[in-house]
Amino acid sequence: MSVVADVNVRTSDVLTVRGLTVTVRDKTLVSDVDLSVGPGERVGLIGESGSGKSLTALSVLGLLPEDVTASGSVRLTGVDHELIGADERRMSRVRGRRLAMVFQEPMTALNPTMRIGDQIAEAMLIHGTRPGRGAARAAAVELLERVQLPPDTLRAYPHQLSGGQRQRVVLALALANDPALLICDEPTTALDVTVQALVLDLIVKGVVARAAALLFITHDLAVVATVCERVLVMYGGRVVESGPVGEVFTRPRHRYTEGLLAASDLETTQRRLTTIPGNVPPAGQFPSGCVFRTRCRHATEVCATTPPWTGSETTGFACHHPAEAVDD
Amino acid sequence: MTDTPAAIQVVDVVRTYTRPRTSLLRPAPVVRALRGVNLEVKEGERFGIVGESGCGKSTLLRIIAALDHATSGHVVVEGTDITRLPERRLRFLRENLQLVFQDPMSSLDPRMRVRDIIAEPLVVQGHPASGARVRELLEAVGLSADAGDRYPHQFSGGQRQRISIARALAPRPRILIADEPVSALDVSVRAQVLNLISDLVDELNLTLVFVSHDLSVVKHVCDRVAVMNAGQIVETGFTGDVYAAPQHPYTQRLVSAIPTLHRALAGATTTDLLAAKGEPG
Ligand SMILES: Nc1ncnc2c1ncn2[C@@H]1O[C@H](COP(=O)(O)OP(=O)(O)O)[C@@H](O)[C@H]1O
Ligand code: SF4
Ligand SMILES: [Mg+2]
Repeated sequence: MSVVADVNVRTSDVLTVRGLTVTVRDKTLVSDVDLSVGPGERVGLIGESGSGKSLTALSVLGLLPEDVTASGSVRLTGVDHELIGADERRMSRVRGRRLAMVFQEPMTALNPTMRIGDQIAEAMLIHGTRPGRGAARAAAVELLERVQLPPDTLRAYPHQLSGGQRQRVVLALALANDPALLICDEPTTALDVTVQALVLDLIVKGVVARAAALLFITHDLAVVATVCERVLVMYGGRVVESGPVGEVFTRPRHRYTEGLLAASDLETTQRRLTTIPGNVPPAGQFPSGCVFRTRCRHATEVCATTPPWTGSETTGFACHHPAEAVDD
Repeated sequence: MTDTPAAIQVVDVVRTYTRPRTSLLRPAPVVRALRGVNLEVKEGERFGIVGESGCGKSTLLRIIAALDHATSGHVVVEGTDITRLPERRLRFLRENLQLVFQDPMSSLDPRMRVRDIIAEPLVVQGHPASGARVRELLEAVGLSADAGDRYPHQFSGGQRQRISIARALAPRPRILIADEPVSALDVSVRAQVLNLISDLVDELNLTLVFVSHDLSVVKHVCDRVAVMNAGQIVETGFTGDVYAAPQHPYTQRLVSAIPTLHRALAGATTTDLLAAKGEPG
């Protein structure tokens, strides 16, 4: 996705990703992703499993597995170096400080042998954001209160908590150093719907209170529409469409977005749901040209060539035969 | 509907488990998985059971399928009380009632070819499993005939769920029980599998019991729904009514917590998900 003249010049973005490509051996898993998140902005990244959402997030965080390589550019506000290719020593100063994350499985972020209060205090002391242990512990109490956990959680070990409580601890940890950007990758996918509601609300309140930016990854369109202002749609390792939630979800232009919305519409009064033919291909087996063309009812010969990006980076799509733009 | 015979009746079913003792001084803890469940599913009905993890949905299904036994209470399937029948007298149930689970990978033997997986329930029951019947079943679930020669791992999640549906249909059951059959699937594939289940239920005149944590899916598939919480059914009704005007406080919380595109685009925020209302606007 190369935008030659972006009309909305965004100078003060918190996160700027340009031409991100992720490969493993001979396979390309993510292609040429451009993505920006402005200060205080809540941006969603959606797509079905295998579309490259998590690899995109892990590239930004510098947490890709060893055999996986990222190229392109990732810049974060307040950090004077490129994040792609930065060594672990530099990344560990950024991660947990300016850039924080919440993953689907909370135990990946928690130390099973350490009390919750100590873990949160430690996170602040490592980055020197509190003057000493006493101040860090006091801050930990307040952080737990903000995620609506009782004070005795401080002395608990992770295994003594439920899945939803652990995820709230992870959120408290992620917000402890007032990051400029919070990345959440399917943070509520493993939770029950009533617990999800609370965790989503705490995430939104947490970033709003700090004027932090949010990059929120999910396969759930309704969740992203509730949490985010802007959304990017990924399929086959590419961003195929982006725009404000209200636009993309009511007037999709890319045929994949259109199909995904129709297939997820359970409110329909028709007994049969609209489907997208076929299956999501496995990694490395997406077609050349438009990645969606093997499943697209509108595909023609020209779709064998990669569709150019139409529009600006924040609002646009890559499709040769887009759905009609509806005027209102 | 009142004259239609009941396919399944569940009467005052209680199921308690005893956990291993953790202390010599205290009695072994008792987990009350089902605390007096009553429900009736009519023949030909599409009945949903919705609730969050651990509420007892799967325990209830296992008892209905006679894979587990009630501590007290009764289960009657097609007029026969199965509660205390020995396995040798459950043959009618093993044929007439079939199950489909959430994770097809763990319920399909990875070393067996698809055609043998599909024929297995027939073989187990001593019926001959003709190649023609297997091909017919593959076709019914939208798989090509050569799929029979392959192994489960060569298929995607959605295709594997088609395979487990074909296997469930092999003995020509009258009741199909699906436990979270689409919860592990991507949205575009979920729509395909929901359509398949819906079409088969219509064509084969099946009674469907569809269990899910997701009330919006249940609402699309089922006529009536029972809402479970902590081992009890707190509300039963037509799905449209339960969704539009939930009566029990738990159902109200559940309905309000479900994010929907419709509500989000109308301006609903995450805080609105937490505000239970009797009549969601
Ligand atoms: N370490 C890896 N080696 C090879 N393939 C991988 C690796 N990690 C991810 N992939 C593949 O890359 C594709 C994109 O993965 P991912 O970013 O996890 O997708 P998403 O988060 O959208 O579900 C998937 O098909 C996945 O199988
Ligand atoms: S570019 Fe062609 S194949 Fe791709 S979504 Fe558009 S119409 Fe379909
Ligand atoms: Mg992922």
